[in-house]
Amino acid sequence: MFASLSDPFETLLTLQRALEARTASDWIGRGTAAMGSFPPINIFQNGEDFVAVIELPGVDKSDLEIEAKENTIRVRGKKTIAYGEQASVHRRERISGVFDRTLSVPIRIEPDRIQAEYRDGILALFIPRAEADKPRSIKIS
Amino acid sequence: MSESQELQVQQKREVEKKTEGTTPGRVFVPVTDIFETPEALTVVLEMPGVERGSIAATVENDVVTIAGQIDFSKYEGMQPLYTEYNVGHYARSFEISNKIDQSKISAQMKDGVVTIVLPKAEQAKPRKIQVS
Repeated sequence: MFASLSDPFETLLTLQRALEARTASDWIGRGTAAMGSFPPINIFQNGEDFVAVIELPGVDKSDLEIEAKENTIRVRGKKTIAYGEQASVHRRERISGVFDRTLSVPIRIEPDRIQAEYRDGILALFIPRAEADKPRSIKIS
Repeated sequence: MSESQELQVQQKREVEKKTEGTTPGRVFVPVTDIFETPEALTVVLEMPGVERGSIAATVENDVVTIAGQIDFSKYEGMQPLYTEYNVGHYARSFEISNKIDQSKISAQMKDGVVTIVLPKAEQAKPRKIQVS
């Protein structure tokens, strides 16, 4: 359904439709244990592997800590907001503070091979599926 | 705000359009801070996922508009399994009362946060008045 779409608008609409359809998914269910609901996470399947895309605008890379163990991934850190000393604030909607969230994936993964990429306030975790978890074709003898 | 406060998810609000768009896709209202110094008005907007080159800031008739476009091609080939937020473009406009020196507007981007500095025009800057 997503394969080889060259029209960017079509990609966009398909993604949004798919995102909406998926909000009720129980893939993780109560699996996102520990602490609060921040940051929001989207999980995608890309071939056999998984990608977790996390929105963390305003968080500095050095304030971000990621740990992986068995099938859980923990993301924690802090977000700070600095105003100038002379500034008078007209509108304050952004919030600062600490966050700590653990994600447990209902499949077997390879925690040692997880790759993280942080760009433009988006953290992408590339989670490879464990070799033992991949389907194998069985030859009939 | 204290350092140890736990962060909460801020739900994305969709832009209520006065006019109808011609390009498809959702547009969300970025979470914004606005503060003022004697020299300038600074607008800080959270636009996660927007690249440096995809931001446009314009000032027209005392309305400043900031728009950021998301590159959806990164999501190609990915199938959502579990989602907590929607992905879309960002746009927001503000009416400004101060006179802005349009030629000196500057913008910078870091970690998905856009900072737009709108320097006040000379006549709009506060002056100290001597009491004689």
